Amino acid sequence: MSRDVGYNADHGLRWTECLPWIAAVAVFFVLPDYLSLGARVLTYILFALSLDLILGYAGIITLGHAAFFGFGAYVTGIMAAKMGITDPIIQLFVSGVAAGLLGLITGAVILRTHGLTQLMLTLAIAALCLEIANKATLLTGGADGLSGVVIAPILGQFKFDLYGKTAYLWCLTMVFGGWWLIRRLIYSPFGVALTGIRENSTRMHAIGAPVYWRLVVVYTISAAIAGVAGALLTQTNQFVGLNVLGFEPSGELLVMLILGGVGRLYGAFVGPLVFLIAQDYLAKQFPEYWYFGIGLMLVIVVLFARGGILGIIDRLVDRFKAKKA
Amino acid sequence: MEAFLSSLVSVAFHGVAYGMILYVISVGLSVTMGLMGFTNLAHGVFAMAGGYILVSSLGHALPFPLALALSFIIVAAASVVLERLLYSRLYGASELEQVLFTIGLIFMSVAIARLIFGTLQQPVILPEYLKGQFSLFGRDFPAYRVFLILFSSAMIAGLWFGVERTIWGAMVRAAVDNRPMAQSIGINTKRLFSITFAVGSGLAGLGGALGAEIVAVQPTYPFEQLVYFLIVVSVGGLGSLRGPFVAALLIGITDTACKYWVPQFGAFFIYVATIGLLLWRPAGLFGKRT
Amino acid sequence: MSAVLETRQLCKSFGALTVAEKIDFRLEAGARHALIGPNGAGKTTFVNMLTGRLAPTSGQIFLAGQDVTRLPQSGRVKQGLGRTFQINTLFRNMSVMDNVALGVAERHGVAGSMWRPAAAHRAVRDEALALLDTLGIADDAGKRVIDLPYGKQRLVEIAIALGLQPKVLLLDEPAAGVPSMESERILQALDTMPKDIAILIIEHDMDLVFRFAKRITVLVQGEVLCEGTPDEIAADKRVHQVYLGEQNDD
Repeated sequence: MSRDVGYNADHGLRWTECLPWIAAVAVFFVLPDYLSLGARVLTYILFALSLDLILGYAGIITLGHAAFFGFGAYVTGIMAAKMGITDPIIQLFVSGVAAGLLGLITGAVILRTHGLTQLMLTLAIAALCLEIANKATLLTGGADGLSGVVIAPILGQFKFDLYGKTAYLWCLTMVFGGWWLIRRLIYSPFGVALTGIRENSTRMHAIGAPVYWRLVVVYTISAAIAGVAGALLTQTNQFVGLNVLGFEPSGELLVMLILGGVGRLYGAFVGPLVFLIAQDYLAKQFPEYWYFGIGLMLVIVVLFARGGILGIIDRLVDRFKAKKA
Repeated sequence: MEAFLSSLVSVAFHGVAYGMILYVISVGLSVTMGLMGFTNLAHGVFAMAGGYILVSSLGHALPFPLALALSFIIVAAASVVLERLLYSRLYGASELEQVLFTIGLIFMSVAIARLIFGTLQQPVILPEYLKGQFSLFGRDFPAYRVFLILFSSAMIAGLWFGVERTIWGAMVRAAVDNRPMAQSIGINTKRLFSITFAVGSGLAGLGGALGAEIVAVQPTYPFEQLVYFLIVVSVGGLGSLRGPFVAALLIGITDTACKYWVPQFGAFFIYVATIGLLLWRPAGLFGKRT
Repeated sequence: MSAVLETRQLCKSFGALTVAEKIDFRLEAGARHALIGPNGAGKTTFVNMLTGRLAPTSGQIFLAGQDVTRLPQSGRVKQGLGRTFQINTLFRNMSVMDNVALGVAERHGVAGSMWRPAAAHRAVRDEALALLDTLGIADDAGKRVIDLPYGKQRLVEIAIALGLQPKVLLLDEPAAGVPSMESERILQALDTMPKDIAILIIEHDMDLVFRFAKRITVLVQGEVLCEGTPDEIAADKRVHQVYLGEQNDD
């Protein structure tokens, strides 16, 4: 069932909610050759969670969420490669704060606008970040990207090994943390208010809610989480390039989230998983068909399967229950 | 001083040429968004298609005027098909759905373009009579750009005349202003949408073809140029004709100026200026104030 | 006794079109007041100016003696002004309970809290349920608003406004769109309202108006035509002419 948010929602942990974590831990032991793909999936799950927070719950449509992801990625990259700050925990923290600040500033600006103007501004900000990264070659390496990213062992103990074991568990820990935070947020009164803003912002104004400020707060939190996700990517790849910025990765993330299902927390788990695995198999062999395929999938989902994969599962479960009754 | 003035004229000239192209492409987006309230991010696809049609036609040794005409006609016709089959299903849909749908269209078109034409920029082989320099007031200007400015001006004049003086134009203006009212006085909005969408998309195709020399025709076109079209429309004001014209010229000149004098900053100033302007006037320079 | 709500010389024009002309209006505590007038008289415009959705061209608005003319909507809500909308403006896909709880939570000041789950805020929940109970729809608390009949949705609209514990309540056509057999429920709801709240209703349903109101103001083309008790209004020839229609010629 889709997540009930609200004042009489059952906010306790359902058994189905433990499944992703069990599966993630199982992958670590059972599929040791796929851990680098696994770390990538986890990074994008965190990124998708941050987008779901503003898109699925607060109803803010953005075409440029990768701005925060990329900003976080580059901040960590620059710290590691240019400033000699190699402690991974510090890197994540600084990236998160920096991306959060960027989110606060840009959010305060664009959330005063609506509709097409707002959409366009999210795109403009993402394009702006891409442009800056492209031109500031001394800092970012420009089109060549930033290599020489050094990551020290976590807590001085756990080295980032060649098999990706440390990276995987590190990403898993972060995703767990992000998930826990977001889940708490969604069930809190703030989260219900966000849903209210999405559903009917006129009404929210009429009951005296400070709509603008609530949106700025959630936008900032989302940006910070996206920044942490970007930093994770840099840490696992030990490289950061321009492909983390701009419209393309933002659009791809939208696809991942829509595929999984917007506004239901676990869509952010399912979407990137399915997308990245499919991409891993198909994109290498048939890159153009892959690209065509995700476009086609978006069109089909919008026309026929709103709610994504989880929505389809919901409908199947409902039909199954109806047959039993 | 002489050199500075000279470069000023050059920047202004090239800026106006670029601005005109931007306008011809974006005006369709402004009108259909103001008319249909449909967020069509895939508008750049029509421009790209026009560019490819031109290049292919020239590659098949078709005369230039015919190639231009084809870029308008084929894109307009294709857009009607798309509109009737797909777009019309989403007229009442939420903004998110329209955004996602049109992004899906962009992905599909980019993939098709890459499959058919490859990833490289398409070279434009201009006819002899449009190559070379054109002498004006003792200065040399690229002949093609002069042609571009003149031709675009003619198209724009035609468009403005069409919207101000014809019945079609009156219906469009009425429906943009107040759609339910327009429907209740018997305007067939379905057909109006289709025709207007076709005109707007055809113009985008034409603009993409004309501007193939300035804005390179390559598969990433709809992604890269989307921001500019949206800027023209938001800054100009949705549904307006004049607004985007001013906006497009401003952007064309500013962008050319920046790329010429401060290339290390690239498009930075455009984005910053757009953000600033939209904060000052959220409905755009000439848009309807809600 | 000072008024809880007062306007002085309130005017509104859109260019050459004047929709409100020097409106002087007073509402005392515990008032049961109705605003009537033909379509286009400017009643909803007046309410929008009172709540802050629309800025007046000139004139002043006072809430409990304070000048609130410049105060935004959220500020007036905090000062005790609540309203319902002519067309249901509800959170249709959310539960009835949530619709009311959102407003209650704002008032309690906990709506911005991010830590404890909403369902753990007992005070908010209990108050919301109590409100629904006074309106007779407590059983529907868990249902989605969109699944309720229109008459009950209208009650949810009123419940949300009550959840703000307003000192002044503006009800814009509370019976609008409600089938006549359900409008009795609305009237009952109005009867159960706390006695110290000042209530202003805009209505076209004359039965409801004459049963509910102790005072009536008649608005015609943006101007106050007259004001008085229901008997006075019913007897006033000008009101007959302008509003109740020329069919009462004889």
